[in-house]
Amino acid sequence: MNKILLIIQREYITRVRKKSFIIMTIVGPLLMALLMLAPILIHKFSKDNHYKIKVIDEAPKVFTTLMPGSEQFQFINDTISLSEAKKAFNPETDYGILYVPADYIKNAGGIVLITEKQANVEVKSYIEDALQKQIENEKLKSKGIDQSTLESIKTSINLKTQTIRGQKSNTELTTAVGFIGGILIYMFIFLYGAQVMRGVIEEKTNRIVEVIISSVKPFELMMGKIIGVALVGLTQFLLWIVLTMTISTGVSAVFANKMSGAEIVKAQTHTPNMGIDGKEQEKVSKEDMMTIFENMDSINFTLIVGCFIFYFLGGYLLYSALFAAIGAAVDNETETQQFMLPVTIPLIFSFVVAQSIITNPDSQMGFWFSIIPLTSPVVMMVRIAFGVTAWEIALSMSLLVVGFIITTWIAAKIYRTGILLYGKKVTYKELSKWLFYKS
Amino acid sequence: MSNILDVKEVTKTYSSHIALNNVSISVPKGAVFGLLGPNGAGKTSLIRIINQITGPDKGSILLDGQPLNPSHTYNIGYLPEERGLYKKMEVGEQAIYLAQLKGLSRAEAVKRLKYWFEKFEIKAWWRKKVEELSKGMQQKVQFIVTIIHEPSLLILDEPFSGFDPINANLIKDELLALNKQGTSIILSTHRMESVEELCTDIALINLSRKVLDGSIGEVRRSFSTNEFEVIHDGDLGNNSSLYSIKSSSPYLDTTKSVITLGSNSSNEVLRAILSNTTIHSFRELIPSMNDIFIQSVTNSGNHE
Repeated sequence: MNKILLIIQREYITRVRKKSFIIMTIVGPLLMALLMLAPILIHKFSKDNHYKIKVIDEAPKVFTTLMPGSEQFQFINDTISLSEAKKAFNPETDYGILYVPADYIKNAGGIVLITEKQANVEVKSYIEDALQKQIENEKLKSKGIDQSTLESIKTSINLKTQTIRGQKSNTELTTAVGFIGGILIYMFIFLYGAQVMRGVIEEKTNRIVEVIISSVKPFELMMGKIIGVALVGLTQFLLWIVLTMTISTGVSAVFANKMSGAEIVKAQTHTPNMGIDGKEQEKVSKEDMMTIFENMDSINFTLIVGCFIFYFLGGYLLYSALFAAIGAAVDNETETQQFMLPVTIPLIFSFVVAQSIITNPDSQMGFWFSIIPLTSPVVMMVRIAFGVTAWEIALSMSLLVVGFIITTWIAAKIYRTGILLYGKKVTYKELSKWLFYKS
Repeated sequence: MSNILDVKEVTKTYSSHIALNNVSISVPKGAVFGLLGPNGAGKTSLIRIINQITGPDKGSILLDGQPLNPSHTYNIGYLPEERGLYKKMEVGEQAIYLAQLKGLSRAEAVKRLKYWFEKFEIKAWWRKKVEELSKGMQQKVQFIVTIIHEPSLLILDEPFSGFDPINANLIKDELLALNKQGTSIILSTHRMESVEELCTDIALINLSRKVLDGSIGEVRRSFSTNEFEVIHDGDLGNNSSLYSIKSSSPYLDTTKSVITLGSNSSNEVLRAILSNTTIHSFRELIPSMNDIFIQSVTNSGNHE
């Protein structure tokens, strides 16, 4: 059997058999499913919180009619004075006391919410929203606008966007797809690049490396390790996707029986639509869902998946070669610090750039950093969902290939010399000399 | 007899120093060849070049008469001084992997490994992780994977370090058995007693140059000082024309003297002193490899 295949096989099998790999493969999707389901769960559990609030309303009748309450909020009108209400306050059953002065329209600052502990944001914003609407309506009414006109004014809008070629587009979805792709590449490079480095250090500290390179070329050993680890990463990634989809569809199927689609969307977007009544909200949510599904087609998924795999592997190969070189140049993991910095800075930088260009993917900065090989895997991935011209993609991809060849060449030179050198603290000057050693 | 290995005028330079300077050695087929020299002399550089881990700047290397090429890694077994195993890997799995890297098929590797594991009484450890093994046992595994592909040339760098005397003997016996079957061996070591015991030929490298080589008999004879140790009763009597007495001291109830011979043969001297006194022992003081090593290194300059 070909030697490099043997090396790949060993790297792959020993890693996939590790407990940490198996645990990560199972825990990862659970965490991800939890993250996706968290808003739904939070929403569900928060419903169990009931807030009973006494209202001391000095503007009689007006307020109580306008406080319909909800499942969560229960408002009780009380005619006793504020000081009496304070005395009668029972922290076991009551959440708080809301005091509304008689001239509340003019004197909105006089409205007070008294609670046992600090009032929570949910309660505060609910009441604030309701009061704002109420006061606005009262003011409008006093200017002669009647109730039916007010009802007809209420509007909710979701701006539809499309590209010049008539494609429907969805900015939120595009942003999400691009950004998630970029983050995954970033994480993958860091996690598995570090694994390559640790693997090289392990071979060096175990002193097995000289035995192996008397049978294979150092370059074969390095590439075998890099490819083997890449396959481990891809395996884990695929397992994550399959498991996450299984878990989340399973769990949401259970919830879907109990919650309407609108509720799920409401929970996931988590914005209380106060002024709009239930029916209209449901209609809007359904429209939102429809547009999202319609717009799934607007994104060129074959292009995105293709580019994702290319930048995923390209970026990993480029960086892991450098990580392998670092591993070869040091004696143990604590010494890696000095060499890690120049490798991790462009990577972290590309992540920062990705965040900033998401608002403006076609900026100068976006262009340049999606062309430079060290940052292009993350940055181009973010841009690509928004649509990038073919020549830019071609340029970026070919430069990534060139960049990968260059870093591998450099890494191979450092690796070859470094793995046989023990107990010596290496400087950058020395590393640069290694580049010109004859084999 | 033809040579298994010819190193011809090899030079290797690193940026800061010369590791090998025009070194030529020849290892005859079937020899146990001692590659000697102080630390940093260039032995490891030479061994790495023979193993094609690095290449020479100048000169050429012939293995069995052919210029060195990548397929030759299958003909060489190498046990480096800095050696180890993957700690987290199972012993058997690891041995198979290393044997496969030396060109054996999986089935063949398993078959041969089972034989050797049984012979070295470590079969029970096949499925254990390497980190659970004692150092001596790890060394046995390393030795097995070095010879598993039945190389025609074995290169061993300090093979006995880390072994207790019993296991060191076991390894020594295996080496001699392999040598008898035709395997040529290069032994790099600082233990001169193993050199005297095992080696048929040697080369000594100091300060990146070869300072001495040849069969062990030739080398020792060339360092002969013509001194003899005589154990005798009473006085030797002075025959200054035949020999001079270098030292003389009581030994049990006899006397032990060291004499230096002139141009006469040992037989003539023995005949002369036999008439004076009773001789219990008469033997030539051939310099030990240790003395030869120290003397050669000192003469050729000590860099430290």
